[in-house]
Amino acid sequence: MNATVAHFSSANEKQEEAGVRVKAYHRLYRRTSQKMDFQQHGYRATKPRARASPPIGGPLLFDDTSSGPPPTNNQNYYSSGYNMADASAGGQDPGAGSLFADPMASAAMMYGSSLANQGKDIVNKEINRFMSVNKLKYFFAVDTKYVMKKLLLLMFPYTHQDWEVRYHRDTPLIPRHDVNAPDLYIPTMAFITYILLAGMALGMQKRFSPEVLGLCASTALVWIIIEVLVMLLCLYLLTVHTDLSMFDLVAYSGYKYVGMIFTVLCGLLFGSDGYFVALAWSSCALMFFIVRSLKMKIMSSFSADSMSAKPQFRMYITLASAAFQPIIIYWLTAHLVR
Amino acid sequence: MAFTLYALIQTAILFTNAIAVLHEERFLSKIGWGAEQSIGGFGDEPGIKAQLLNLIRSVRTVMRVPLIAVNSVCIVLLLLFG
Repeated sequence: MNATVAHFSSANEKQEEAGVRVKAYHRLYRRTSQKMDFQQHGYRATKPRARASPPIGGPLLFDDTSSGPPPTNNQNYYSSGYNMADASAGGQDPGAGSLFADPMASAAMMYGSSLANQGKDIVNKEINRFMSVNKLKYFFAVDTKYVMKKLLLLMFPYTHQDWEVRYHRDTPLIPRHDVNAPDLYIPTMAFITYILLAGMALGMQKRFSPEVLGLCASTALVWIIIEVLVMLLCLYLLTVHTDLSMFDLVAYSGYKYVGMIFTVLCGLLFGSDGYFVALAWSSCALMFFIVRSLKMKIMSSFSADSMSAKPQFRMYITLASAAFQPIIIYWLTAHLVR
Repeated sequence: MAFTLYALIQTAILFTNAIAVLHEERFLSKIGWGAEQSIGGFGDEPGIKAQLLNLIRSVRTVMRVPLIAVNSVCIVLLLLFG
């Protein structure tokens, strides 16, 4: 197990050919899912300065906490290999419940499935060239409890005491184990919900057409991209060495959609007064949340020891990022609640 | 403002072109933003101005060839489709 883990992680870090990596990943996933390990490892060895002990998080991110005991996973393993085994058995034993009686068809199916596997390997390799899929998987390792706690935190962050992102041997814990860790599940879902809600609100005002939905979606997406790019630029210019990657910033700027959804709902239900009350409430909550979360990451990172960039610039970035949220919430929701 | 993705692509191309046309010796050196003037000591982390100059220089170096291709594609498309 350790040898396989070490091999997996070192191969992963050096980014060798994807075929070996994907196959090793599948093998490791089946083994660990059968063991139902609950080790507290996360995987996010992204920046060189944050790289530490070899992470083994990939397959462990997907312990299925909602499923039953291991025999379920055994059955999954068996059923995923069902097609291949059946295709190979079909040609040899036609009378024992195989899919095809014709050996030619079963051979064709085997060939087709091997072609599909090759295609999948190629696609994985190409995608991994642009975007580290493992880094992305870290952000989607959530469960229901985490989502409920995080939504409560986004709407009412004033009683939360401990804002530190907990680390386990220099890599951050996955969101399932640490409520302070950023994730991308909530922002994605909130974004999609916001688009649907915008369509509904416009429909209630008889201003709906399908193009408007696409326009709303691309406007919101462009604002996220602008905000992330400006944050990255500021962090680069002030040589702030954090481990805030691009996905972290996307996550933090996507949390405002939860506030937007709440605001639009209140505006639709309670009219203009409800809209402004909800806007004030979610703006304050979101500003508090952003300042507390980013303060840990930006301010406590070690920057230039020669005071070329004064430390108050880092405070300015945090405050500016927080102050931007109510503006953009108002901008993107005002036209929905007339 | 209603942004489309096409507007975003346009903005990105325009910004990158703007950075790429800043000439090194005719303009940047004249206003003290030349590449050789910003080399500081190796012990210190560079300040904001040095980071900005580094950014401009690296954008110009990296994006020169892709910008040629992207601009050519844009010109052809705008000629064909207005």
